[in-house]
Amino acid sequence: MRYSGWKVITQGLLGNKGWTPAWRDPAPKAEYDAIIIGGGGHGLSTAYYLAKNHGLRNIAVLEKGYLGGGNVGRNTTIVRANYFLKGNSEFYSHSLKLWEGLEAELNYNVMHSQRGLINLFHSDGQRDAFARRGNMMINQGDDAILLDREGVREHLPYLDFEQTRFPIYGGLLHPRGGSARHDAVAWGYARGADRLGVDLIQNCEVTGIDVEGGKVVGVQTSRGAIKAKKVGIVVAGRSSQVAAMAGMRLPIESHILQAFVTEGLKPVIHHVVSFGMGHFYISQSDKGGLVFGGDLDFYASYAARGNLPMVEHVMEAGMTLMPMIGRAKVLRSWGGIMDMSPDGSPIIDKTHIDGLYLDCGWNYGGFKAVPASGWCMAHLMATDTPHEVARRFRLDRFRTGHLLDEEGTGSQHNLH
Amino acid sequence: MRILGKGQIDRNRPISFRFDGKTYQGYQGDTVASALLANDVRLMGRSFKYHRPRGVLTAGSEEPNALLEVIGATNQTPNVRATMQEVFEGLNTQSQNRFPSLAFDALGVNDVFSRFLSAGFYYKTFMWPRAFWEKLYEPMIRRAAGLGRLSGKHDEGHYEKAYAFCDLLVIGSGPAGLAAALTAARAGADVILAEEDRELGGRLLADEPELDGAPARDWVATVEAELRGLPNVRVMTRTTVTGAYDNGTFGALERVGLHTPARADLPRECFWRIVAKRAVLAAGALERPIAFPMNDRPGIMMAGAVRSYLNRWGVTAGKRVTVFANNDGARQTARQLMAAGVEVAAILDSREDASAIEDCPVYLGARVTDTSGRLGLRAISGSHVGGDFQIETDCLAMSGGWNPTVHLTCHLNGRPRWNADIAAFVPSEGAVPGLSVAGAANGDFTTHGCLAAGQAAAIAALAEIGVTAAAVPLPRAEGVPYAIQPLWLVEGKGRAWLDFANDVTTKDVKLSAQEGFTSVEHMKRYTTQGMAPDQGKSSNVAALAVLADATGRGIPETGTTTYRPPFTPVSIASMGAGGRAEGFAPQRFTTSDQASRDRHAPMIEAGLWYRPSYFPKPGEKTWRESCDREVNMVRSAVGVSDVSTLGKIDIQGKDAARFLDLVYTNTFSTLPVSRVRYGLMLREDGLVLDDGTTARLGENHYLMTTTTAAAGLVMRHLDFIHQTHCADWDLRLISVTESWAQFAVAGPKARALLNAVLDAPLGDFPFMACGETQVGGVKGRLFRISFSGEEGYEVAVPSRYGESLFRDLVAKAEAMGGGPYGMEALNVLRIEKGFITHAEIHGRTTAFDIGMEKMVSAKKDCIGKAMAARPGMVGEEREQLVGLKLSQETKAFGGAHLFTQGEAVGREASQGYVTSVCWSPMFGAMLAMGFLKNGRARHGEKIRIVDHLRDLDLIAEVCDPVFHDPKGEKLRA
Amino acid sequence: MRLTCPLCGPRDRREFYYYGSEDYLQRPGPDAGPEAWDDHLHLRDNIAGEVRDLWYHETGCSQWLIVTRNTVTHEILSTELVADRKKKGVRA
Repeated sequence: MRYSGWKVITQGLLGNKGWTPAWRDPAPKAEYDAIIIGGGGHGLSTAYYLAKNHGLRNIAVLEKGYLGGGNVGRNTTIVRANYFLKGNSEFYSHSLKLWEGLEAELNYNVMHSQRGLINLFHSDGQRDAFARRGNMMINQGDDAILLDREGVREHLPYLDFEQTRFPIYGGLLHPRGGSARHDAVAWGYARGADRLGVDLIQNCEVTGIDVEGGKVVGVQTSRGAIKAKKVGIVVAGRSSQVAAMAGMRLPIESHILQAFVTEGLKPVIHHVVSFGMGHFYISQSDKGGLVFGGDLDFYASYAARGNLPMVEHVMEAGMTLMPMIGRAKVLRSWGGIMDMSPDGSPIIDKTHIDGLYLDCGWNYGGFKAVPASGWCMAHLMATDTPHEVARRFRLDRFRTGHLLDEEGTGSQHNLH
Repeated sequence: MRILGKGQIDRNRPISFRFDGKTYQGYQGDTVASALLANDVRLMGRSFKYHRPRGVLTAGSEEPNALLEVIGATNQTPNVRATMQEVFEGLNTQSQNRFPSLAFDALGVNDVFSRFLSAGFYYKTFMWPRAFWEKLYEPMIRRAAGLGRLSGKHDEGHYEKAYAFCDLLVIGSGPAGLAAALTAARAGADVILAEEDRELGGRLLADEPELDGAPARDWVATVEAELRGLPNVRVMTRTTVTGAYDNGTFGALERVGLHTPARADLPRECFWRIVAKRAVLAAGALERPIAFPMNDRPGIMMAGAVRSYLNRWGVTAGKRVTVFANNDGARQTARQLMAAGVEVAAILDSREDASAIEDCPVYLGARVTDTSGRLGLRAISGSHVGGDFQIETDCLAMSGGWNPTVHLTCHLNGRPRWNADIAAFVPSEGAVPGLSVAGAANGDFTTHGCLAAGQAAAIAALAEIGVTAAAVPLPRAEGVPYAIQPLWLVEGKGRAWLDFANDVTTKDVKLSAQEGFTSVEHMKRYTTQGMAPDQGKSSNVAALAVLADATGRGIPETGTTTYRPPFTPVSIASMGAGGRAEGFAPQRFTTSDQASRDRHAPMIEAGLWYRPSYFPKPGEKTWRESCDREVNMVRSAVGVSDVSTLGKIDIQGKDAARFLDLVYTNTFSTLPVSRVRYGLMLREDGLVLDDGTTARLGENHYLMTTTTAAAGLVMRHLDFIHQTHCADWDLRLISVTESWAQFAVAGPKARALLNAVLDAPLGDFPFMACGETQVGGVKGRLFRISFSGEEGYEVAVPSRYGESLFRDLVAKAEAMGGGPYGMEALNVLRIEKGFITHAEIHGRTTAFDIGMEKMVSAKKDCIGKAMAARPGMVGEEREQLVGLKLSQETKAFGGAHLFTQGEAVGREASQGYVTSVCWSPMFGAMLAMGFLKNGRARHGEKIRIVDHLRDLDLIAEVCDPVFHDPKGEKLRA
Repeated sequence: MRLTCPLCGPRDRREFYYYGSEDYLQRPGPDAGPEAWDDHLHLRDNIAGEVRDLWYHETGCSQWLIVTRNTVTHEILSTELVADRKKKGVRA
């Protein structure tokens, strides 16, 4: 069923009785050409592009819970392409271009809104570091504007320019940065993949990966064994557990990242604002909630919930930067499980097992990567060669020293 | 309407307050909701999506409809529950999410088009034409969405945070909570009793059962008096426990000053971190509505809330009340109203076998099938076995049963379990370690049961921490079992709301199931059920019952969504208290801070420290004029700069030298006593961590200097290496950064200046020497090191002498044509000399990159050595440190990228970037440092510098980064 | 979250700095080879369950601790001083 405003009207007149399921609920087949483990944003987009770009039809996505139940449905929805290292720059640039056509591509309104992202800086040194970033963004063909203090004031007059602990020197504006409706991205890809014949199998937990003679032959699941010629592991948050089923030890430690949303408010924050000194970022959703977050809780965890020290730190950062939000009330907080890699950048690569592929290590930047991650992972799985824009996301780069460390904080997993 | 003789308000203390511009009268003890009801105001808000007229539904923090803006003298607070806001003289409130007025809201038109606005409709439309999303559709949606307004002004209110510790935290002060607190209090335990309401008592106040044959209120008062009189008990009213966290930590919000006119001595709110050895959750239960057609009109309320308004505030919510329920509890509402003289039109009980003893019409097996009244309920339609009927009524008190307040037990991922007897979820045992649940929160709905359970929970909890508590005499109370027959929805023509706040109807839930969103999480996200300010407190269970029905599953199989903190919304300002303005991070000041400010030096942040940027002289109009002068001053005479912010780590022990050999790439065991050496330190991953000088003060005594930025990092790093790798070595480390004030004295007249302040003139003191010295009788330390390229010294004295030494040095320097210099000049001096800072060692650079690979000793292991040898960390592909020189003056271009001349500008073509830039008055040129691919082999090349952001496209010469005195003759002069 | 420092007693989490897995204690020799170093610094079992990891009592006694805890429930099972381990003769 094709969605449109006209359809909404005609269905409304008919009592909305004619809407059909967004996707089928198939039973797993005995064998697939390709299996994607993980029905999150990345897994669903991988399946979608495998079908769309590479013509595969016999594909399954295996999801242990419900589609889009992981980090794609629990994040602060920021979409940006503002990296400065070769490797990241071209990948996120590609992703942003895919975002810009996603509604038309999927016939689903993911509410991608390029409201502009402003990264604030608070010293001359930070300004130069952001200038390096902004220049790379333009080298890449994306957009960036360096704002001075008055330039920031024009965009964000409500910041505390007088008293805040780390005075605002300026900001790097990324006009094409913005946000999107997180669930809709997962659902849009799910619906799109389903329409291309992909079996989306929920409540199906993978319990083993079958390997024969160095080649993957299938998976064991809570709903029985399923054969497969190729298997992609796309389960950020649980990558280590699934990879362990294939005897792999990954350069990943799992951490909690909390995020927060307030009660609905009339529009007051138009941009996405990022405050590096306090590690605080905020935007306002279309429903009116302020959506914001901060840094990791910093200890390894799979609990998908956090503790007060980081909660309070985030609120304090908000209060020093933009005290006008003080009377907004936090409605809900939640925690996601992040695959933290030793350089803060992801992995899209083959493994030592033939036919087994890995897409993981998204740290806490995975949401914006959903389109390109699927695009590149599909390319890798279909052609057995890395996609041009993801060729630097190698699994062995920590051993070889070809690092992609945007933060410069080094091999400690939780510092990115 | 107020009922004479009922309620606990103070009728001798009338209070005026405003709502939507009109003044109303209430009494001390009223909430805005009770006072408005007393004034026959039923319309209090508009719904989120359809902008439907709404009245108050509840009498507590779970209120979904009656959300107001409170307008203060300087600011306003949105989304305040009318049920929680106590009235005070001068309180000014207004309704929200309506235009132009509450009674006539233009966006009420949404309601007419509701059939087109079903669940998730926005995912299916607004896609064409593409440009319209950001320009038209989204702005329209954003304006229509949202509830209350922030003013956009800084919140200047006063907020606090605090810690509390106790043996037993009792959450809630109904019968279970009071019994628990009393039992624990008498056992001598350290008890905190937290109650969300302004008064203790919970439903004992609202329901007014009899205890020991007397009004429950009497017993509550007796217990409260005892608790408040005990030194081991803290009674915290107006305090909501908002979250359960790990290892016995709870978050709680106390509304300290929101019930009075603003007072300077009271914070608005205080956010508590309560650490409890054990906790008892006695938070009661929340009544749930029934989803019958058009069940959202003002005047349709929870039956328990109608009782609350009657008993606590002496208010009847209507003149002719109808009760609709599926359980016995709601019968009390009818009986108590009639006893108070209020007309009860009828009782509709959905159960066919229920009793009918009340003195009013009772319809069994009955349903409400429709309602009418645009801005307030006028009539209902009902049906029962005897047929359909109509009742004129202005208040419908409904009850679909009670949900135990399980929320806190879910905060650590606990999942509640379904109890079919009460048709509700109850907490799973052990869901929060150290927290037990008692009373209605545990599904026990009799007063007797609550009292007994509260006491038992306290005794058991205290026993676990070694405190023996005895049973205390509990009052006699009713123990009639709760009887309920589930009724979630009434099918019919009109819409039936589940989530009032977000306008989610049963149709939306069914549609989500129809479209394949069958998991409870999908349903929640697709319909937004439970995501409004009330967090679905009243509606979640009914919604998933409807979903269960639509998908042919049972409720337990359907499961429930997770409740996450906070239990009720908490202001950002309270949890962020203390963070406002400078409070966000500690401020560190050097001993010369005041002296620098006295000279009007702009102080800038350097990490947590403040350092002078430059010292303006009269007549100097820009920072550059001052900076250039200070640079020339150092090069030609002498300058003084406070360098105390650099980290100083004192390292002693027989194995100190061995330790330094391990942590530095180069060797320190060979450093003679009374000498200083520059050291380079790597992280274990082979990248540069920090650099600095280390002095050997004695055979087994070193003093390490770190950069300002990395002082804490290095200390932690050294402690780690010490304790993990060589804890058995003879070694002690301590940070002495704040113990010493240290000043750089640099320039051709540096020695002369030192001789003017030191007690004895400097003798032979070569470059990189160190030793003790004496200044004005105070023992200090002297180091001959330089960060400027000039003859330089650093003199250190105990911090308490820092300010006077600085003032003295500066005064004497000025007499010699010198003076103080700030960070700007310091930066120029170090760039001229090619010294690196964290602009260059930014965490991605290796010793190889900065040309110091020879400092990585081949003779020994050191931290980071193995990983620095990885193939990707060395070689021509690496960007290497170079100097860049341009003869014309330009804007600063730090962060510009470097390109080979003649090549196109682009990502892959980028050859490197600029890290530091300055105008050098000495060279009359722009000098810069940067990293360039294979840069050391490219000295002499003309390279293109492109700074898109600052619109610069320049050509510079690549050169060695040491511009000034490359042979170091001045240093050694 | 609270940890019990063997020297200072029960303290709030915010006094501590978290580093990572106890793998960091097993520093390979200088010539152990790239695989051993990769193992040491990067690769992790990353268990969902009971783990031993390293925390620094940064605003307390400056001691590094080995904390045994559960990454799913956040239960803290034990804490010990890293330095004690070395002094007891465990090879680093």
